[in-house]
Amino acid sequence: MEKFQKLSGIAAPMPLVNIDTDMIIPKVFLKTIKRSGLGVNLFDEMRYDRQGNEIPDFVLNKPQYRDAQILVAGDNFGCGSSREHAPWAIADFGIKCVISTSFADIFFNNCFKNGILPIVLPQEQVDLLMKDAEKGANARMEVDLEDQTITTSDGEVIKFDVDAFKKHCLLNGLDDIGLTMEKATAIDAYEERAKQSFPWA
Amino acid sequence: MTAPKTLYDKIWDAHVVSEDADGTSLLYIDRHLVHEVTSPQAFEGLRMAGRQVRAPEKTIAVPDHNVPTTLDRASGVIENEESRIQVEALDKNARDFGVHYYPVSDVRQGIVHIVGPEQGWTLPGMTVVCGDSHTATHGAFGALAHGIGTSEVEHVLATQTLIQKKSKNMKVEITGKLRPGVTAKDITLSVIGATGTAGGTGYVIEYCGQAIRDLSMEGRMTVCNMAIEGGARAGLIAPDEKTFEYCKGRPHAPKGAAWDAAVAYWKTLFTDEGAHFDKVITIAGEDIAPVVTWGTSPEDVLPITATVPAPEDFQGGKVEAAKRALDYMGLTAGQKLTDIEIDTVFIGSCTNGRIEDLRAAAAILKGKKIKDGMRAMVVPGSGLVRAQAEEEGLADIFKEAGFEWRMAGCSMCLAMNPDQLSEGERCASTSNRNFEGRQGYKGRTHLVSPAMAAAAAITGKLTDVREMM
Repeated sequence: MEKFQKLSGIAAPMPLVNIDTDMIIPKVFLKTIKRSGLGVNLFDEMRYDRQGNEIPDFVLNKPQYRDAQILVAGDNFGCGSSREHAPWAIADFGIKCVISTSFADIFFNNCFKNGILPIVLPQEQVDLLMKDAEKGANARMEVDLEDQTITTSDGEVIKFDVDAFKKHCLLNGLDDIGLTMEKATAIDAYEERAKQSFPWA
Repeated sequence: MTAPKTLYDKIWDAHVVSEDADGTSLLYIDRHLVHEVTSPQAFEGLRMAGRQVRAPEKTIAVPDHNVPTTLDRASGVIENEESRIQVEALDKNARDFGVHYYPVSDVRQGIVHIVGPEQGWTLPGMTVVCGDSHTATHGAFGALAHGIGTSEVEHVLATQTLIQKKSKNMKVEITGKLRPGVTAKDITLSVIGATGTAGGTGYVIEYCGQAIRDLSMEGRMTVCNMAIEGGARAGLIAPDEKTFEYCKGRPHAPKGAAWDAAVAYWKTLFTDEGAHFDKVITIAGEDIAPVVTWGTSPEDVLPITATVPAPEDFQGGKVEAAKRALDYMGLTAGQKLTDIEIDTVFIGSCTNGRIEDLRAAAAILKGKKIKDGMRAMVVPGSGLVRAQAEEEGLADIFKEAGFEWRMAGCSMCLAMNPDQLSEGERCASTSNRNFEGRQGYKGRTHLVSPAMAAAAAITGKLTDVREMM
């Protein structure tokens, strides 16, 4: 997995609440058997018309946001399906950090497996960052995972919380299957115990 | 004496392999269900790392999302090339890694969340995961069941565990009795209407109360299925005699002395008196009406007797969302819900594709015809549900009413196969999501119970089923 340490980039505002995984990556793109190449279809039905032409009003089609690396989004971002194609598409587009007041549980976990940092902040602070993002390409935000800070284009610093284990994995780009494999003895021991306690399982 | 525990606490504690100081835990997984859409990259990951499936005997694969539901599918040909490749990949992966497999040609094939319980893979007290958010369904058995992403699918395949942090406990109590015409679907939608789609975020919900106890296992699966739509990691219902009765004799349920030992353990799976819940919601069963969704989020729920709301009825970010939803749905504030005309009716999905759902719809349709020009289809949740419905004469009722009688699969719930809405088409659907584009590009979805879907098929409008009973 790619490491996430510091990021300085353009933030795109998407204030809509309940942006679901069908919006992020419609199901027609779930038929792939690969993880790569989904960025072009990120937010497909909001981003293109039926003929495949870009819809100019959509935020990521606007010249100042085409290279966005941060997304500031409305509440409950990523609700819906478990499809990891959603964070795959986001990462493939080039977005490495999403900020919202809340995320759906599965989407939130999926982000960390793909080098994306999802940040939860109170409404007030998300509003402030949304305003900052609305300034466009001249406004760059800085996200520092080690320090757990976001610095706005005006130099204002906002602290954020992140789970210590998830932070460690992101900072070091760790594959958690490898980490769990190191605990094989504990898994073996559990299976032995379970054979006695729950033989039917 | 140990502190009183919730049902969730008990199942969690029984599955902890190891725990770090910060609460990050390795949780053992008893059953891993796999389908064709979210697994190919995970199996590929195993191959690239030279890893095996740790417990193929606990891993069950079935194709459901992409499969055609037309009667001619027996020929084995899936026309859409990408869909075909995905199903073929599952065939190959299941064989190569030696996991249990129900191919399209097997009568036991169906939606993964219907096949699991039906075959006795899902049992009380287990941990069950699947690369699919509606894994919450299995919580109806008092199993801790939730959806995972593809990276976690690979993690479970390789290690039979998941790295997890414990969620908080939430109790949703539905007291008293349901009124006639009100079903499990109306309960689960009403709860989401009350809590919002993020109301359960960070929680595992335990559903309890008389109205939940009174539900059949099928109804309980419908309730838990949509826990995810309320944002919860999982939904749970404590197992009872109904649960044991349902499980008994299923192909993969324990037999003989093992059965007795299992039941003795399952009877300990309830929330202790005085156990702590971080959040409690109580709804009187009598207050629940047959409901429909009007917007593009499952929280956009109203009783069928209501009118379409105005954006000003909401607050904060929901004002803009409601505006967008009304525009997308082609509805006007103040319009009566019962005046909304429907083009298509879909009965099926892991929410409402079980035998009881088909019985409820058939009871309304018996001796009646669907409205002229209506497209209506029933897609049973599994080949076995389909066979049982044929045996009970339900299939004939559907066909005589004018419904298409399809083969099992996910079908129009997410429209990955050819069963889709066209632009602007409006559907009364027994599925679980009314998101934009969910059932087809620019398609419009109203979520309803099977009985309400049947009523709408007859009248051509969203209809209060109580007027047809």
